[in-house]
Amino acid sequence: MAVSRDDVEFSPQGAIAGISESVPIAIGVFTYGLTFGVLARQTALSIPEAVLMSVLVFAASAQFVAIDMWESSVPVVPIIITTAMINLRHVLMGASLYSWLESLSRSRVWGTLFFLNDESWGLTERARNQGHRDAAFLLGSGLLVFVAWVSATAIGVTAGGLITDPARYGLDFAFLAVYVALLVGVWDGRADALPIAVAAVVAVACAAALPGNWYIILGGLLGSLAGVVRDHHLEWAGQ
Amino acid sequence: MSTWAALAAILGMAVVTYLTRVGGFWLVDRVELSEWAKSFLRYVPAAVLVSLILPDLLEGGPADIGAAGVTLVVAVRTGNILYAMIAGIVTVVLFRRVVGLS
Repeated sequence: MAVSRDDVEFSPQGAIAGISESVPIAIGVFTYGLTFGVLARQTALSIPEAVLMSVLVFAASAQFVAIDMWESSVPVVPIIITTAMINLRHVLMGASLYSWLESLSRSRVWGTLFFLNDESWGLTERARNQGHRDAAFLLGSGLLVFVAWVSATAIGVTAGGLITDPARYGLDFAFLAVYVALLVGVWDGRADALPIAVAAVVAVACAAALPGNWYIILGGLLGSLAGVVRDHHLEWAGQ
Repeated sequence: MSTWAALAAILGMAVVTYLTRVGGFWLVDRVELSEWAKSFLRYVPAAVLVSLILPDLLEGGPADIGAAGVTLVVAVRTGNILYAMIAGIVTVVLFRRVVGLS
């Protein structure tokens, strides 16, 4: 039940596995990046600035919100604070990867985590659940997603006029479909049912009641907490 | 000058985002994990994924919900993300256009 320290490697083969298994999510990220580029084009952001943002920030939802807030006089501090709040969910993801990364040198950890993104994180948790033990998987997956995001931004912001609405082709659904498949992949038996149910209720309620994406963090926190309380309650009852 | 403000905003976004990426690992690395904390972290993937999915899905309406059902079945049957994603995209288009759900 408890997470033990994973016996992991960090090899080129692991990175290659991460790259090849991330092709579907990279396609989704690419269409998202095109949309981002097209929207960035309509703001005061210059082409190099838009590409620089995708390279340095590399966080889709925060970047969409930032360009929505972007005006000719840029509200620097509000944009930075909003970005931090939107990306707070990464803290949970990084923590859940702890036992996967802890035996690596810290320079590898800090470098690999630059490429942490929702999709690569989910894919890595799925791979880990299936018995993969090579932490370079996360790096390979993150690198491919990074290349897709940056190149799509560059194409969208320069040739944006040519691209039509992704919703027409159902591409807006790509992420939900990937998340559903990842959820199936991280499913580890009936013990996950209660955390999932609690997370579902909390996330839906918070999405309706609270601004921004707090619902992701609160659903993740309270759902996981429900699993802990249930496990330890059973332990006490069993003693 | 607005370009400097733009660069400051981009750099600031980059710094805070990187801190969120390394923050979870950094925190856990600094404390001895209790059994509670370990079992908590074990449930994070499923709980976060559900929280990412459900509110968006409900906002999307019947076509999205139906397509998510098809995606789920394909994912369970094949265990393949690409097949599940393609099945989801194709069915969402069918449901939106052909059946007229939205």
